[in-house]
Amino acid sequence: MRKVYVVGVGMTKFGELWERSFRDLFVEAGIRAIEDAGVDGKEIEALYIGNMSAGLLVKQEHVASLIADHSGLASLHIPATRVEGGDASGALALVQGFSSIASGMYDVVVVGGVEKMSDVMAEKASEVLATTLDQEWEAFFGMTYASAYALMAKRHMHEFGTTEEQMALVSVKNHSNGSKNPMAHFRFEVSLEKVLSSPIVSYPIKLLESHAVSDGASALVLCSEKKAKEFESPVEISGIGQASDYIALHDRDNIVSMASTIEASKRAYEMSGVKPEEVDVAEVHDCFTISEIIAIEDLGFFKKGKGGQATEDGDTEIGGKVAINTSGGLKARGHAPGATGIAQVCEIVLQLRGEAEKRQVDNAEIGLTHNLGGSGGTCVVSILRRRR
Amino acid sequence: MTEGVARFWREIPHRYRLLGSKCDSCGRVFFPPRVLCPECRRKGNISRVALSGKGKIYSYTIVKDGANGFERQVPYVIALIKLEEGPLVAGQIVDCSPDEVEVGKPVELVFRRVSEDGEEGIIYYGYKFRLAEEEN
Repeated sequence: MRKVYVVGVGMTKFGELWERSFRDLFVEAGIRAIEDAGVDGKEIEALYIGNMSAGLLVKQEHVASLIADHSGLASLHIPATRVEGGDASGALALVQGFSSIASGMYDVVVVGGVEKMSDVMAEKASEVLATTLDQEWEAFFGMTYASAYALMAKRHMHEFGTTEEQMALVSVKNHSNGSKNPMAHFRFEVSLEKVLSSPIVSYPIKLLESHAVSDGASALVLCSEKKAKEFESPVEISGIGQASDYIALHDRDNIVSMASTIEASKRAYEMSGVKPEEVDVAEVHDCFTISEIIAIEDLGFFKKGKGGQATEDGDTEIGGKVAINTSGGLKARGHAPGATGIAQVCEIVLQLRGEAEKRQVDNAEIGLTHNLGGSGGTCVVSILRRRR
Repeated sequence: MTEGVARFWREIPHRYRLLGSKCDSCGRVFFPPRVLCPECRRKGNISRVALSGKGKIYSYTIVKDGANGFERQVPYVIALIKLEEGPLVAGQIVDCSPDEVEVGKPVELVFRRVSEDGEEGIIYYGYKFRLAEEEN
């Protein structure tokens, strides 16, 4: 298997971007990634796009053709493919791009993600997110995306004594990080009191513990080792793992950990030879605060049941044991589902290059991304390394 | 009215009577029913089995921001129930104040209106749960 490198990153600001359309968003991110890498459009051999639900959100399917076309690639007729795995769609595009280079099929590909959430009313956006759950046996009875995670939160509290304060502190940290990220949807800090007193969405989850509903796009230029030598600061994708699990919570052995995260990370750690304790900085899928707590346990950063305490102890802050969600995470950087997994990689690459400005983790050498689909039926973990 | 009827109609035995399935090879009981056992796969042998509807609350949440079609029911309780026969099932807990709901409390099945497809579409019925007497 050949080594794969990230040589260009680009994203739009995440937010309610009223003036920009679905297609405009991706073009902006794609051009930024290509300019960051300094490649010519003619060098791109294939395009993989992560998108969760353009069909329901902007009534557009056949997304890959549309995006290749408006990105100015129609006349080159390159293969363009959309991949979908709920809100893990972006990371699935990364897996496809990675595989296509690792296999020797291509030397330069663009992978990206895009989602346009604000062209529908908020209720519709929530309904679309709930389509990542089992429609017949979860959503049918009134379960929402937030309430799926609320069930996990309540059980985590019951089994491990995790507190509402500990969960709220995830939001406080991620807002603090997001306030330092120019691309973040929410660039302001929140206090613990403010999070705890915000309206309940689905007990015990509160509004200020819930991901931002964002428009946004993100893109990466990936290349082979041979090609990477032409670039200034390539970052190696030294491990990648993807896993699936039972789509519905009721079919799992337990709901206080995610088997998909455990398996995906095991595969990524094995491929890279990296151990959890060596990771300096990680972007994890904090769609709700409990999700970050479960993820940092399942990824091996902290013991099962200790994620809340680790958060309270400051172990996940910039300067802590492992900096989690320096971008602000899904909470503050935002959650544009198809774009989220790739935006996570953008942040890690900036950290490993030392370009993360006010949120820079000192001397970050190894980074990790963790992207979930739905309530954990899909997970992708990637491990990135600065080239020494 | 936006949904076809067949999609709902074909699930009636499971949603009205909690008819699940069982793998006769390994003995595992499934609800919702499965046509393939995830352990035995093609070596399994699936048959139908009626479930009691009795179980205990495994986890719950009180939904304040309701799903589309459920707005008038807020706040409502969604729980995972550990059924006596083994499987977990997701459903609402009704006929009580949300404050009375606790992990571990026993519940039993009731048959209720779940939601409806707009003003002209079909009305969806199915199971919900209510708190039951503690068995000694």
